[in-house]
Amino acid sequence: MRSSVRSGNSQPRWLFPFVVIVVLVLSVLPLARLAWTGIVSALRGDAGQLLADPALWSATLNTLATSFLGMIAAVILGGSFAVLLTLFDVRGRSALGFLFMLPMMIPPQVTALSWIGLTGPSSTLLKALGMAPPLGSPQPLYSIGGIALLFGVQHAPLVYLAMRAGLLALPKEGVEAARLSGASTVRVLLDIVLPLAMPGLVAGAAIAFVSGVGNFGIPAILGIPASIYTLPTLIYSKFASFGPTTFADISIISVLITLLAVAGLSVEARVLRGRDYRTIGLPGQAAVFRLGAVRLPAEMLLWLVTFIILVLPFLALLAGSLAPAYGVPLNLETATLHAYEEVILRQSVTRSAFTNSVSLALASAFGLLVISVLLGYYIVQTKSRTAATISALAEVPYALPGIVLAVAFILLLAAPLPILGFSVYGTIWIILIAYLSSFLAVSLKPVISAYRQFDPSLEEAARLSGAGFYRRMRDVLVPLIAPAAGSSIILVFLIACNELTVSALLWSAGTQTLGVAIYNLDDSGSFNLAAALSVLVVVMVVVLMLILELMARRLPAGALPWRR
Amino acid sequence: MAPLILNSVTKRFGSGAAAVRDLSLTVREGRFLALLGPSGCGKTTVLRMVAGFEQPSDGAILLGERPLADGATMVPPERRNMAMVFQSYALWPHMTVAENVGYPLKVRKVAKEKARQKVREALSAVRLETYADRRPAELSGGQRQRVALARCLVTEPDVVLLDEPLANLDRHLRQEMEETFRDFHSRSGATMIYVTHDQSEAMALATDVAVMSEGRLLQMASPEEIYARPEGLVVGGLVGQGAILSLCLPPPSDRLLDWPRLRQALLEPMEGRESSHVLVRPQDVILDSSGLPACVISSFFEGERYALRLELQDGQSLRSFSRQAVRPGDMVHVVLTSGWRL
Repeated sequence: MRSSVRSGNSQPRWLFPFVVIVVLVLSVLPLARLAWTGIVSALRGDAGQLLADPALWSATLNTLATSFLGMIAAVILGGSFAVLLTLFDVRGRSALGFLFMLPMMIPPQVTALSWIGLTGPSSTLLKALGMAPPLGSPQPLYSIGGIALLFGVQHAPLVYLAMRAGLLALPKEGVEAARLSGASTVRVLLDIVLPLAMPGLVAGAAIAFVSGVGNFGIPAILGIPASIYTLPTLIYSKFASFGPTTFADISIISVLITLLAVAGLSVEARVLRGRDYRTIGLPGQAAVFRLGAVRLPAEMLLWLVTFIILVLPFLALLAGSLAPAYGVPLNLETATLHAYEEVILRQSVTRSAFTNSVSLALASAFGLLVISVLLGYYIVQTKSRTAATISALAEVPYALPGIVLAVAFILLLAAPLPILGFSVYGTIWIILIAYLSSFLAVSLKPVISAYRQFDPSLEEAARLSGAGFYRRMRDVLVPLIAPAAGSSIILVFLIACNELTVSALLWSAGTQTLGVAIYNLDDSGSFNLAAALSVLVVVMVVVLMLILELMARRLPAGALPWRR
Repeated sequence: MAPLILNSVTKRFGSGAAAVRDLSLTVREGRFLALLGPSGCGKTTVLRMVAGFEQPSDGAILLGERPLADGATMVPPERRNMAMVFQSYALWPHMTVAENVGYPLKVRKVAKEKARQKVREALSAVRLETYADRRPAELSGGQRQRVALARCLVTEPDVVLLDEPLANLDRHLRQEMEETFRDFHSRSGATMIYVTHDQSEAMALATDVAVMSEGRLLQMASPEEIYARPEGLVVGGLVGQGAILSLCLPPPSDRLLDWPRLRQALLEPMEGRESSHVLVRPQDVILDSSGLPACVISSFFEGERYALRLELQDGQSLRSFSRQAVRPGDMVHVVLTSGWRL
């Protein structure tokens, strides 16, 4: 009969082809193209010249050094915050936790700019306070150590989150059982808590390392002026001085970055092998230890660190943005909003950057929402190996360093599109496609957790009521996942609006994004304009994060990256 | 409306053992079938195949002349004109009670005024008229269940499916809901299939009981029939209370056994003969001094009587009732007035 369909599942026929095309375009094709170019140029011997170039090896060394030192800084910072805020009776834990998470969502180039504003001879803040080092003394952050320090600040929240998840999994009963067995607080920490926290710590360290390897914003602002190149900034500079071997060079460097990232992750896998510490029994309330007499000093230390890594740099940025003409000291009389006027009203470059970033971010957020709602439905409904593969492929682009993804899309889309005959390269569309690819996992995650959370009989009841696929989507599924969908829109908007790494390679005249605009303003010496733009960006990030924080109660667990 | 026919239906999930094997049954129009069996016996899979959420691997499902599903094609659930009460109620939390109940009408594009009228009728049938504007979250378990039932009422479905609908309710509410279901069945005249593992629920509600075990249909008959004449050990053990004795009976023998025969079999075990299983209901075990001696193992006061567990001299157990108090360890004499060879 006509109304028959071939199988018992609830998906319309076009869903599977749609899902395959999405994953093909956003994940498989660009990555396959990158691997192909990398392999072909290596085989053709184009690699010889590159591999003989000492710049490549010093960049590799710099990448390893900054990422490794940055990882250590992130582990010390993030680990101690995670332990203190999760396990001990520190007051104001949620406020401290939220503030500590902020650096994760603030774009790296803004972090770098704000720290530059905090140190060195040209710091407006230090000058206003009369503490600036003498002119001509070097900017201390323009160094391997400076880059590593900022990696540490930027990636500490990742360690914090990974470790906190492990610590929260330890139920109160486990600690109470150890207490009854006669163990003291210190013994419980050493024998029970620390071993259970290890997997989270190692995982967090690995993520911090890999994020360092792929970070572009910080080494671009701190490294390039001092000719300290890491692999991502090396790609950028190769691309800036475009030559006949550029495509081959950048594809090989990209493969190298990917290999370093994979190496970092496989060290993690090796360390974690054989450690299955999934909690046995019901997860209860997390254990809380009393700090006793050291509580106040510990709290003061936590607030001091938060002040140093968050408030001070922001004040420096603010001071820089309010600074009057060069050489005039900043005080209440001389402070001026001139820079803001300039970036918001006068400069056509920053105004078009605002327009570009906001439209890109809106298009990515809403486009990805549609994709995620359909892709998530397929992944949750289908229990086959294909679905697991598709789910994994959708995650890959987000896991890859942004610069690698940008290179992959350049290679894929530089030539005119087949059949259509025109190229999207150099237009805003290539940035949009790269954003869709890069943030697919960000958008998908809350949607999938929401789908998993609700009872499948809710959809089955709608089917028996006679509702077809579109009807069910509209009346039942979408209303039920609405809070998660809302958070997915805001998250993608937040990340896409501040993005620098991908657009740094893909922008051209007229399509620069906010991230690129900030970088270019700083590069051309307009620190006050870059600072003003950065302050606006930070304010936007904080407002959007607060909105999400207010929504958090209605969101499925794991929807927000800074709340797990 | 027409009979619902399942014809040699088999369902395999993945490569494992079949969840439902070669199951055939016919539910005549307007009947109330209880699918009874222990958890994991495949009864819910049968229900989900009838609803259209699962496709049979083999065999066919028909509603009268109309094929609903076979191994190759199937009518999707949205075109089957069936309704279901789910174990979890499956009420949409973002809609009010009236919107939940009226949703099938909205999808079928029934005129607004008429739909409102039908919703009102359905809600009054389950005594929830005053709750029309509440959200499901504000209702109690029993009220949610009644909303789910009202949602089944509005569209006059060909078949109504109920998946362990009372499993999440307390004892008191269960009785009230059983009443509601019976009322619903007689009022709507719909064909109903009710999945349960609770035999007393099945007996109390259904016009037909189908007992399943390990994916197979063991017996389908009226509650009275299945209680009086169960087929095989599994059905005998599942339906009603009773003890199963292992006795050697002389062939050929009737399946319904009286006291002389039972006494003979108990007193004079015939060596070498294969033993048969005999079901003895507790009400057929009477404390009588002319009977066989038995030892009281346990005795529980149930209110109207004592429920006893007895052990015969050969070690086999029996269940019985007593009006008088009996203590564990007492010796009694019992007469088995009737037994059924399984």
